[in-house]
Amino acid sequence: MLDYMSLEQLAQTAEEECLSLGMLVLQDQAEQMETDQNAILHTMDEQLKVMEQAAEKGHARDIRSASGLTGGDAFKMHLHTENNAALCGSFCAQAITTAMAVAEYNAAMGRIVACPTAGSCGILPGAVLTMMKLKNVSRSKAWLGLMCAGGIGMVIANKASLSGAAGGCQAECGSASAMAAAAIVEMSGGSPRMALEAAAMALKNQMGLVCDPVAGLVEVPCIKRNAGGVMIAITAAEMALAGIRSAIPVDEVIEAMREVGDSLPASLRETAQGGIAATPTGRKLAREIFDKGENK
Amino acid sequence: MNIFDIVGPVMIGPSSSHTAGAARIGYVARKILAKEPVRAEIDLAGSFAETYRGHGTDRALIAGILGMKPDNEDLPRSLEIAKEKGFGYTIRTVCLPKCHPNTAVIRLWAEDGDMTEVEGASVGGGNILITRLNGLESAFTGQYNTLIIPHKDTYGVIAGVAQALAAFRINIGNFRLTRQEKGRQAIMTLEVDGDVSRELLMLLRALPNVMHVVYLHTNE
Repeated sequence: MLDYMSLEQLAQTAEEECLSLGMLVLQDQAEQMETDQNAILHTMDEQLKVMEQAAEKGHARDIRSASGLTGGDAFKMHLHTENNAALCGSFCAQAITTAMAVAEYNAAMGRIVACPTAGSCGILPGAVLTMMKLKNVSRSKAWLGLMCAGGIGMVIANKASLSGAAGGCQAECGSASAMAAAAIVEMSGGSPRMALEAAAMALKNQMGLVCDPVAGLVEVPCIKRNAGGVMIAITAAEMALAGIRSAIPVDEVIEAMREVGDSLPASLRETAQGGIAATPTGRKLAREIFDKGENK
Repeated sequence: MNIFDIVGPVMIGPSSSHTAGAARIGYVARKILAKEPVRAEIDLAGSFAETYRGHGTDRALIAGILGMKPDNEDLPRSLEIAKEKGFGYTIRTVCLPKCHPNTAVIRLWAEDGDMTEVEGASVGGGNILITRLNGLESAFTGQYNTLIIPHKDTYGVIAGVAQALAAFRINIGNFRLTRQEKGRQAIMTLEVDGDVSRELLMLLRALPNVMHVVYLHTNE
């Protein structure tokens, strides 16, 4: 059984057994959870369905968060994409739309899959659902993409952290991007090694990102960081598939992320005391939300 | 940890600690009352107090108290559902010195006047820690199958419970005992491996000086 302490080891085992990362994780998880692979895939399909519903419902025109702070941006992005106005092409535009839709649906108290967290829940669906919709990735391939993403996430959880309160946004959106990047490589038929390179490059691009939510709510800047996070995932996967390698091995990048997280002051770890939350407008929005709450 | 802790859990947003964790604390309070609750008083402290409306913490807590799990799609409508059912509640924000940043104190009443008080903290990722039960210190997470057994503080009760579990080959992973004062109410909390059967629960409830037995299964 795997201990999920090193991605290098995971890739080595996969190579030795001639498996993709997703297949290796599937095989191992069935063993660890004392069940068969079909049962695991069945549950994974349930998660995928929740992602699909969230993406569908999240780009409604009138969606609003409980605080009233956010909502409706995925709808704007959707119209922009439908009009073929997207500069970055339909694939990237669709990924941005999906990531925002799921993140906005989360803020509006919709049903989502925390992957790895609720705050970063749009990034993985943004990658996987877009691959299914525009790159003819089958459902069963998508399950393996999600298995691969889960394997990456487990190693990060063991070696660093997935929580914004502990490690900043790099631990949430950064990890989600690394997971999504590896998933894209898996679904594109890339090697386990390429999946690792993609994860490393995605993490490096969000190294140091702080967790600074306005009013402490999972909305600003979280929702738009889901959009940026999926783009970083696509960029990293694209580079990896082109054969580009990360100069720093992924396990060392994860270690660095942990050290950076540990050195972040409390004000930049989900306390709404620093960064975007502490800007004059951030503070004004927070006051408005709290006043509204008290008068209710 | 398994893959569905990472690609999952499925939950109602927006926040695993402020929404999903809050729903679980409410649900545990309901289980400990062990009757249909008709009224609740909720005190919120720390970041729960500051951001509860924006995170739907109030809705999540009430949803849990009404028996909903964190992924129940009715969760956002829980306050309306409570109204329809005639379930009364008050929510106040309080200052609890030295408590975890996300803490709620829930007092629940049943129709017959029975009352229970549960203090719980949402400690991140939807995980919770119950810190007080009916004024007595506690510490359990619900990540293991857990037995909560209020009983009269007298000799032989713990031995009786341990014997019953042994007879059903249930291993105790963690044991905690707190009491108000000698001879009055005490609460034992046991985290166990394996599933506690209905038969064993009946046996435990029938033991002398056991007041009642609450069983919290991990998939709840």
